[in-house]
Amino acid sequence: MNISEIQTIEHDVLVVGAGGAGIRAAIECAQQGLNTGMLSKSLLGKAHTVMAEGGMAAALGNVDKRDNWKIHFRDTMRGGKFLSQWRMAELHAQQAPDRVRELEEWGAVFDRTPEGLISQRNFGGHRYPRLAHVGDRTGLEMIRTLQDFCVHQGIHCHMECTALDLLLNDGEVCGLVAYWRETGRFVIFRAKAVVFATGGGGKAWKITSNSWEYSGDGFGMAYRAGAELIDMEFTQFHPTGMVWPPSVRGVLVTEGVRGDGGVLLNNKGERFMFKYIPERFASETADSEEEANRWLDGDKDARRPPELLTRDVVAKAIKKEVEEGRGSPHGGAFLDIASRRPAEFIKKKLPSMYHQFKELAEVDITKEPMEVGPTLHYFMGGIRVDHDTQASTVPGLFACGECAGGMHGANRLGGNSLSDLLVFGKLAGAGAANYIKGKSLKAVDEKQATAIIRSATDILNREEGPNPFLVHEDLQAVMQTNVGIVRTGEELQKGITELQRLKDDAAKVKAHATSQYNPGWNEAIDLSNLIVTAEAVARSALLREESRGGHTRVDFEGEREEGLTYNVVVKRNAKGDMDARREKRPEPPKALADIAYANLEDLEAQNG
Amino acid sequence: MAKRMFRVWRGDADGGRFEEYTIDVDQGMVVLDCIHRIQALHATDLACRWNCKAGKCGSCSMEINGKPRLSCMTRMNTFAEDEVITVQPIKTFPLIKDLVTDVSWNYEQNKRIAPFKPGKKNKDGNHVMYQRDVERVQEFRKCIECYLCQNVCHVLRDHDKKDKFVGPRFMIRLASLEMHPLDTEDRIPKIKEEYGTGMCNITKCCTQVCPEHIQITDNGIIPLKERVVSRYYDPILALWRKIFSKKDPS
Repeated sequence: MNISEIQTIEHDVLVVGAGGAGIRAAIECAQQGLNTGMLSKSLLGKAHTVMAEGGMAAALGNVDKRDNWKIHFRDTMRGGKFLSQWRMAELHAQQAPDRVRELEEWGAVFDRTPEGLISQRNFGGHRYPRLAHVGDRTGLEMIRTLQDFCVHQGIHCHMECTALDLLLNDGEVCGLVAYWRETGRFVIFRAKAVVFATGGGGKAWKITSNSWEYSGDGFGMAYRAGAELIDMEFTQFHPTGMVWPPSVRGVLVTEGVRGDGGVLLNNKGERFMFKYIPERFASETADSEEEANRWLDGDKDARRPPELLTRDVVAKAIKKEVEEGRGSPHGGAFLDIASRRPAEFIKKKLPSMYHQFKELAEVDITKEPMEVGPTLHYFMGGIRVDHDTQASTVPGLFACGECAGGMHGANRLGGNSLSDLLVFGKLAGAGAANYIKGKSLKAVDEKQATAIIRSATDILNREEGPNPFLVHEDLQAVMQTNVGIVRTGEELQKGITELQRLKDDAAKVKAHATSQYNPGWNEAIDLSNLIVTAEAVARSALLREESRGGHTRVDFEGEREEGLTYNVVVKRNAKGDMDARREKRPEPPKALADIAYANLEDLEAQNG
Repeated sequence: MAKRMFRVWRGDADGGRFEEYTIDVDQGMVVLDCIHRIQALHATDLACRWNCKAGKCGSCSMEINGKPRLSCMTRMNTFAEDEVITVQPIKTFPLIKDLVTDVSWNYEQNKRIAPFKPGKKNKDGNHVMYQRDVERVQEFRKCIECYLCQNVCHVLRDHDKKDKFVGPRFMIRLASLEMHPLDTEDRIPKIKEEYGTGMCNITKCCTQVCPEHIQITDNGIIPLKERVVSRYYDPILALWRKIFSKKDPS
């Protein structure tokens, strides 16, 4: 192979991923006058952000004036079980309101309050109505606004282009190799810095709300380049995915259903969440249906209903009800909004849920309850980054959005993802722009580029080998069984053993036909990233001997005091194997700890 | 579980043919699930686009038994039990491979449209818009860019006048900008001259296929046509403008 014949494209900064975080990072770079490229694995506007439903959390205080950034920060820390990186949670809570207003300035049309301001809805773990939203299609509004804005910013958007691996020069990122889906041809991107905004890796599980794109590409590529991953044991199982029919199992049902009054019932008609209120939240959660109903009617003195506890708590409660024989016919819980709100209200506030259940499950949610159960939804963990610049531990590589770790600790609050995308997308763009000052493009190591391309073409060239789709199904079954919502040391160990077998299978897979728009080949390439992702989760989960947020160990129940003193960090060792280690956390900054542990009345008093 | 027969278009820009596949179909499956099963078991190189699998991203548009549909929202139990399911790519755009077409023309049209240009904020840093005033714009903003409307538009599909008309998708994009309460840009001259409102003859085929049930013709294209007419063809207004100003007084 003659590397000089491979197409080469040069940028100052290359952003990988074109969801909310990627587009926002690219806009930042372009606005600073940089030659900015953006890779999109799908067509522009189809990224995972489009599926976000409920809203974007920001303490605007439009609906309840008692809200401010400190309370948002406190909610985020408590929801993350105090394991979030303090500085990231601070930046996020402080900057989210500006990012929402900016989106409006760029053309987003959020639902309004009676006074004509951006309306905000209730969501799990948020003390006050805080989520700016558009019905239940907020993600679509966000991505379309960013998309329509970014096409006028001079960004070079490379659609249906998949990154394969980073190129390094003397330990610094100098570009990457990718391929065009349409032709199957390879392309070398040269750049002074690369920003990953590649999302998560939920496709390693069988029951997931994630699409084919979520194959952990950023985790895999960063890991192979020597970057550290952090908090990978914390995987969020969203409590409400569809459970029936089988073909839609895992498809998301927005938390907005509960935010707008929906309740969870077991097969005895019991509103079971009252039984699962953790001590930490007891003083701020309604303890009777009567009080919860008053809250729904707008009584500001009433405490929040337990259906709006954090996602980890609700997901485990549903699992428990099902295990103890109180589940719905297809192994979930009932989510009922039909008996709580008029049909018109439901169709207005939750139009895509109405549509989704009507079309896919033949259920009219204005008349009947939905059946729901946990689905793998989100990675709290990810590429380890500097809190202010989003720089990874590899020079020249930045990360933002879901693929970056630290912001959400052990559990993410609903609505904190869309705001995270914009806050840290902008910071990552700025971080990369600052990093490349005075730098020029570095030479590409031909051997490295050739090796990356060869490992992709080998899949097509070998005589025979396993079917990539079936290897993927095998991986999903292994993760669903051994690294699921509830874990044991024994199962995790078994999962890790199985992953070794899958690594061998993945190394031998065969794709038929040519490289032109060939899903079998594309799938085969994704497998290695999926397996890195899976292994990082399993090994991190084995090291965390406690239960906290999205990580639950049956053999180590409850939060342990020691658990707050470390993060689990994953890195590739000199032999090319995966090492996971516990790393001591620094003491929290006093000013922030004071806010996180303050009582609400004191924080509310600080408004104005 | 039942065995079902599919005829799926296989080929590229140089030509192709329908291939037949028989697979087991389980309860609740949609056509996209069946395509995936065919891919996994019989044709790993069968090309199709998809993402969300819940009607939210607009990636998996195809023509199923002659009807333009999102394959993720087309349930198998809507067909007769012995019906053969024929799946082919959308026709209006050039074929890349199998069920995947080159829709890049649409992205080019979006770039031609002058972006949103908001007026000034209030002193407190907020824009004020009322729900009743944003609702008609929110209807257009539900668009998931599946391009099914572009696919069935006669101007684009049968007459191939892509140089004269941006198509229904971008008519409602324009409507969403023109009716945005905060927008201050004037796009009416281009809507008439370059984007081609006059090309639409209101057959409403676009509205019929819209999976988001947007009233593309009635709420989007017709009001744009009316704005063009009142700007250019209203004799009293034309006289008014001639005497007093070049800018629309409304």
